[in-house]
Amino acid sequence: MQRFHKHRGLVAAMPLANVDTDQIIPARYLHRPREQGFGDVLFADMSFKESIQVGIDDSQGEEVYSNATILVTGENFGCGSSREHAVWALMDAGFQVVIAPSFGDIFFGNALKNGLLAIKVSEKFTEKLFSEAKSQKDLIINVDLPTQIIEFERSKIEFNIDSFWKYALIEGLSETALTMQLENEIRAFEAKHANHAPWLQNLPKGTEE
Amino acid sequence: MPATMFDKIWDSHLVTARDDGRCLLYVDRHIVHDATSQAFAMLDAEGFDLRRPDLTLGTADHYVATGSHTRQNSDQIKMVEDLKKNAQRNGITSYGSGHPRQGIVHVVGPELGFTLPGSVLICADSHTATHGALGALAFGVGQSEVMHVLATQSLWQNRPKQMRITVEGELPFGVTAKDLILRIITTIGAGGGTGHVIEYSGGAIRNLSVEGRMTLCNMSIEAGARAGMVAPDNKVFEWLYGRPFAPTGKDWAAAIDQWRKLPSDPDAQFDSEIILDSPDIEPMVTWGTSPQDALPITAQVPDPDTLGDSQRCHAGRRALEYMGLSPGTPLEEITIDRVFIGSCTNSRLEDLREAAAVAQGRKVRVPSFVVPGSASVKAAAEAEGLHKIFKEAGFLWSDPGCSMCVAMNGDAVPEGERCASTSNRNFEGRQGPGARTHLMNPAMAAAAAVTGHLTDVRYL
Ligand code: SF4
Repeated sequence: MQRFHKHRGLVAAMPLANVDTDQIIPARYLHRPREQGFGDVLFADMSFKESIQVGIDDSQGEEVYSNATILVTGENFGCGSSREHAVWALMDAGFQVVIAPSFGDIFFGNALKNGLLAIKVSEKFTEKLFSEAKSQKDLIINVDLPTQIIEFERSKIEFNIDSFWKYALIEGLSETALTMQLENEIRAFEAKHANHAPWLQNLPKGTEE
Repeated sequence: MPATMFDKIWDSHLVTARDDGRCLLYVDRHIVHDATSQAFAMLDAEGFDLRRPDLTLGTADHYVATGSHTRQNSDQIKMVEDLKKNAQRNGITSYGSGHPRQGIVHVVGPELGFTLPGSVLICADSHTATHGALGALAFGVGQSEVMHVLATQSLWQNRPKQMRITVEGELPFGVTAKDLILRIITTIGAGGGTGHVIEYSGGAIRNLSVEGRMTLCNMSIEAGARAGMVAPDNKVFEWLYGRPFAPTGKDWAAAIDQWRKLPSDPDAQFDSEIILDSPDIEPMVTWGTSPQDALPITAQVPDPDTLGDSQRCHAGRRALEYMGLSPGTPLEEITIDRVFIGSCTNSRLEDLREAAAVAQGRKVRVPSFVVPGSASVKAAAEAEGLHKIFKEAGFLWSDPGCSMCVAMNGDAVPEGERCASTSNRNFEGRQGPGARTHLMNPAMAAAAAVTGHLTDVRYL
């Protein structure tokens, strides 16, 4: 997993609620192998006019969008389908941080597992960022994971993050490799579970294809 | 301490917990499909072996052709082949196109008895909540988590909050589980269940068939919930008995004993409680681009400026523009171009029976597709002659798969066309770029097919 420590970057504001993963990346691109990348099809069917950086004109919107590394958006971002490609598309397009009042649960987990820092903040704070981004097209903010602080101009707020994810992101650790170290615990559980509910452990064999 | 059904399943699957509260849960059942090839590639890249192929089942659904009408490209065909290769290489039982057990993951798991009460089940698909209808704790996950389960047969989770939604009484005539869940989503909102597992309870839920409960649990994710579940009862046990992967003999008797103890204790506490009145519920249709944009069929397209806060109004205006609708239009006057009856929400035998009852003796006015959820649903429907009713009415009778629900296999709603659909998502572009989706129950979709516009099936 990609490590995350501090990041200073340009903000793309998308003041929309309930942006679902079908909008983040349409289903017709999901078959690509991971190496091919998904950055070019991020928000493929959305128009910049309505969504990104409301208030500034199209050409500027495109420019901000292509250089931005921090996405600020509305509540319930990443709801809908479990496709991890939504996270890959954001990362492949250069985003390292997504800030929103709330996220779809599966998207949130997928983001942290891949090293994309998803930060939950108050709606008041996103509203403030939206209006700042509207009045100045090159809004730059600082995100510091060890101190859990977002900073821009004279504003500074603290954010919460699960301590495990903070550690995993800073160290760039793979969750699966960590779990593999718990093999003994899993094995012991399996034995106990087979006693408790044998029908769950000894599955009747189905027919092969 | 009194425990909820969720508590009981969670606690009996806890391998270990970390100081920060994250829990490692054991996974009893894992279903993979033809859109999980990236997870297998990650498993290979990290050099891990598949821990329990015997607890893993595969079925092709997202990318399969559903007939000669499907315009599949080579990438899509490759996804179906990759599932077969990955399954063979890792020793997983898997069903491909044409196999008598193939079908949509959430139709196949329960109908094979692979899904069982009291089990923890995961699948790389957000509609995995469907399996909660049998009293399983079922989570939809992403590819990294699939890889984690393939390697360790376990999953890290934070303990979610719990919500109980109680619906007492009986659902009125013409109102189905689909209408109930759309009504619930409009009540709590598309993000209303975020961070929660929902237990559905009350007389109206118990009265639902097992299939109806699946429709209900299926769309829990459209309210943002991690999972949805219904306490298992005799109806579920009878439904499961004798299914291919269901326990037999002594195991069956012991399982039933344990399953009877699963329902939430009478004094169990939930973090939030919602109570709905069943007589108020009408057949629902969506008018916008989120499942929360739903109204009774008797209503009109709303004025977006009355929807709430500024973000919600903005989203409403955007949705109406995308849908090509204007405020005040009676929903029943909206003409449609196409009908899709299928998806893991509404493609089971009961759904097809309800649609066929409306189609019988009538003719479709627009291209209309019936896509059964599995090969065995298809066979059962044909055994009772439903395919004849559909064909005589002019419906296209297809092979099982996800098809136009997600438009990944080559079946898609053409740009700008308006589709009456029994699926679960009306997101922009969900059924194809520029496609406009109205969600509804199977009888309502069949009614729309024969009239050419959204129709209140109760008066057809
Ligand atoms: S039918 Fe639709 S919602 Fe269900 S699994 Fe297939 S694509 Fe997903």
